[in-house]
Amino acid sequence: MAIKTTSVWLVGAGVLIALLLAGCNPATDQAQAESRTSRISIVGSSTLSALLSEMGKAYEQVNPGVRIDVQSGGSSRGIMDVRAGTALLGMVSRELKPDERNLHNILIARDGIGMIVNEKNPVTGLSNEQVFGIYTGQITNWKDVGGDDLAITVVSKAEGRSTLEVFSDYFGVSYREIRAHVIIGDNQQGIQTVGGSAAAIGYVSIGSAEYEAEQGAEIRLISLEGQLPSTESVASGGYPISRELNLVYKEPLTEQARDFLTFARSREAAELVSRLYMIPVTP
Amino acid sequence: MTPTAPAVIAPINPLKRRGWLFWPAMAVLALMAAMIIFLIIAFLLGEGVPLIAQGGIFRFFSDEGWWPLEASFNLAPMLLASLYLTIGALVVATPLSLAIALVTTFKAPAGLARLLRNVVELSAAVPTVVYGLWGVTSIVPILNMWSPPGASLMAGILVVALMIIPTITVLTQSALQTVPRAYTQGAAALGVSSSQTLLRVVIPSASQGIFSAMVLGAARAIGETMVVLMVCGNIVQVPTSLFDPVRALTANIALEMPYAMGDHRASLFVAGLVMLLLVSALVALGEWAGMRQRRMRA
Amino acid sequence: MKQVVALQLDYRDLAWTGLMYGLTLAAFAVLLWPLFTVFSNGLQVLSWEFLFTRPTDAGRSGGIAPILVSTLAIVLTSLAAALPLAFGAAVMLTEGFDPEGWAARVLRCSLDILGGIPSVVFGLFGLSFFCRQLDLGYSILAGGLTLACMILPTLARSMAFSLESAASAHRVGGTALGLSRQSVLWHVLVPVALPGICAGIVLALTRALAETAVLLFTSGYSDRMPESLLDSGRSISVHIYDLSTNVPGGNSNAYGSAVALLLLLAVLSFSVHIITRWMQRSMTGTTTRSH
Repeated sequence: MAIKTTSVWLVGAGVLIALLLAGCNPATDQAQAESRTSRISIVGSSTLSALLSEMGKAYEQVNPGVRIDVQSGGSSRGIMDVRAGTALLGMVSRELKPDERNLHNILIARDGIGMIVNEKNPVTGLSNEQVFGIYTGQITNWKDVGGDDLAITVVSKAEGRSTLEVFSDYFGVSYREIRAHVIIGDNQQGIQTVGGSAAAIGYVSIGSAEYEAEQGAEIRLISLEGQLPSTESVASGGYPISRELNLVYKEPLTEQARDFLTFARSREAAELVSRLYMIPVTP
Repeated sequence: MTPTAPAVIAPINPLKRRGWLFWPAMAVLALMAAMIIFLIIAFLLGEGVPLIAQGGIFRFFSDEGWWPLEASFNLAPMLLASLYLTIGALVVATPLSLAIALVTTFKAPAGLARLLRNVVELSAAVPTVVYGLWGVTSIVPILNMWSPPGASLMAGILVVALMIIPTITVLTQSALQTVPRAYTQGAAALGVSSSQTLLRVVIPSASQGIFSAMVLGAARAIGETMVVLMVCGNIVQVPTSLFDPVRALTANIALEMPYAMGDHRASLFVAGLVMLLLVSALVALGEWAGMRQRRMRA
Repeated sequence: MKQVVALQLDYRDLAWTGLMYGLTLAAFAVLLWPLFTVFSNGLQVLSWEFLFTRPTDAGRSGGIAPILVSTLAIVLTSLAAALPLAFGAAVMLTEGFDPEGWAARVLRCSLDILGGIPSVVFGLFGLSFFCRQLDLGYSILAGGLTLACMILPTLARSMAFSLESAASAHRVGGTALGLSRQSVLWHVLVPVALPGICAGIVLALTRALAETAVLLFTSGYSDRMPESLLDSGRSISVHIYDLSTNVPGGNSNAYGSAVALLLLLAVLSFSVHIITRWMQRSMTGTTTRSH
């Protein structure tokens, strides 16, 4: 005996519609919700997320009952989420563009972008033209730039990352002109790839390169136009490719968030910045 | 003495009838289960259609290339890469799966057959990200020595083939088991050698089921994301050699989704719709062939 | 009378048989290679400490305790959401709707299509529906609900299959005793079908634990101990992905996590088995083996 299917479907449809209507609330403002549950959500550049995770953990030690969630999604996404209210703070690893200046921002560190090669690679430095040539596919063998007879494996970042943006602006190479062999996502993935292949070259944030090299990654930073990338050379202004690391936010801020921002510019936080091989900005 | 019926038969209260709540409740649950697929299609369309409406559907195959930040959304190289990966993986995996299935069903002694079956089942339970990890640490360096950069179409084909061997093997085993014993016994009675029996009697008789197994394996291969993300190099290009790095459509979605906004995000949803269509077509084909196999034996 | 029988070797047959065995051996070796790599690298890392401490240094050292908790939370949420729906669908398919009617056909068709959807597409759906529309954000709940959609077809199919295979003698006997359809189902058929249902749940668990792309999009990356279902938390497979791709030097812990995942699967399968046997015993007073 089959159940009277029509009546069942009608009843079921009614229940389902009721459920759907109940479930589709307009999104509540995240900032308001977070002030009740003491949660601070931070979204943005992956370069900064390692730093902010460390800061978050340190802050949570001293302030139990607060939870800091760090999510990477790119600098532009950070700005978008802060504007929409889905995140409290945004991490931006470049200068703010003119139309982004209506958001408040504080500078919490500086960083640079350095070229890395595998440890086994004898090449110690390249000029701007050489890097341009390598990344546009005109120079294809290491022996043309003073290295071994090995075909170059070019590693570049996926579109949407601000590291790629800064790289492309500095060397004057558009996205379409880049001829890469491997595309990676985060800095650490780039380091992983270059460390695993003797013929590889890539560009990453200097802070993460120095940090990972200290942890044992088999990479080496090489000099650009004679300047060796390091925290000192970026701090002194000698190294050409440097960028700001900002936190953006919208007013009004909750008390908790303001407190965290103060912490982000404190001496303790500056130590964390230095430990990750970036340049702190507080005296 | 016949019993007398009561003068008034108690009216049936529908609310007191057993199962008054049970069956509608089950029906509602079943309805919700059926609705999910429509919900998925609705949301995918909702996010992707605005972009299609803007520029038409052909731009996804005729734009200059995949430069999403410059509004150029050509999906064709990535779609081709996914297809090449799937076909390559099928070519590598099918002979191996067929051999395992034939050996376990017809030739091996019971103990060995059980061992092989257990190994195949264990492999099926291993998560794909572990295959990706193994691919990155074992396959890519070997290929790198041969032809840098190592992360390439070939690496993807090898690892994905390994992943779909259990799927194809299990389905082929059940197809082979539907071959009537009369066939094999008849062949033996005619003096046909065992290998010829398998080649010319068993395989043709189970061919629909083997085809179905291959198609379902292909559906699994084309939908694979993590492995291709980790071992294929992720360069958007139409590969001219097996050692070229490629980016599969699924890997592209996983790679760019966290960072995509606006039109870029919509284009990824369109890519998702394409994958949905492709895999649904494959699954429908596989199920149809499998049903024919079962009907032939019924 | 002696008869001389000439022995002729069928070279073609030998060659084909050799090829088949050769391919099987090759396939066997190739299937074992990753398993061997995982276990040999991973067992060294596995220890009580590894399972019960938090990850430090981006996961290079320390353990995976919060990740195990998140994984369990995600899997249990998905089972809790999927089991009722799958049960309802299975019951209606076998006992409710007319098997040849349009309702059953639509249900079966939609479940089949659902089962074929690639996991990235589920990730997109989960992100867009659970995380954005229902405002769950990156959370265990969003990930669990999306996973529930993924395992629903497998669960429903195996439950329907088990209910169908329950011998008609049970069904007919129950009806002959005057039991209502609901009682026959609940008190007779379900207990008999429980072993098959258990196998279906284990199969669904295998798939749920292996999912990475979906959880990347919906449950996020956080490696801290989750305090509620609305917190973000990473599952073991996401952790393996992060360690192998984003953490130079994280490979050994990645292998350890892989072994932990296989162990978790074994433990969960065993628990499901025990629970269904207990259910069978309490419902009927005996247990049966699966067909």
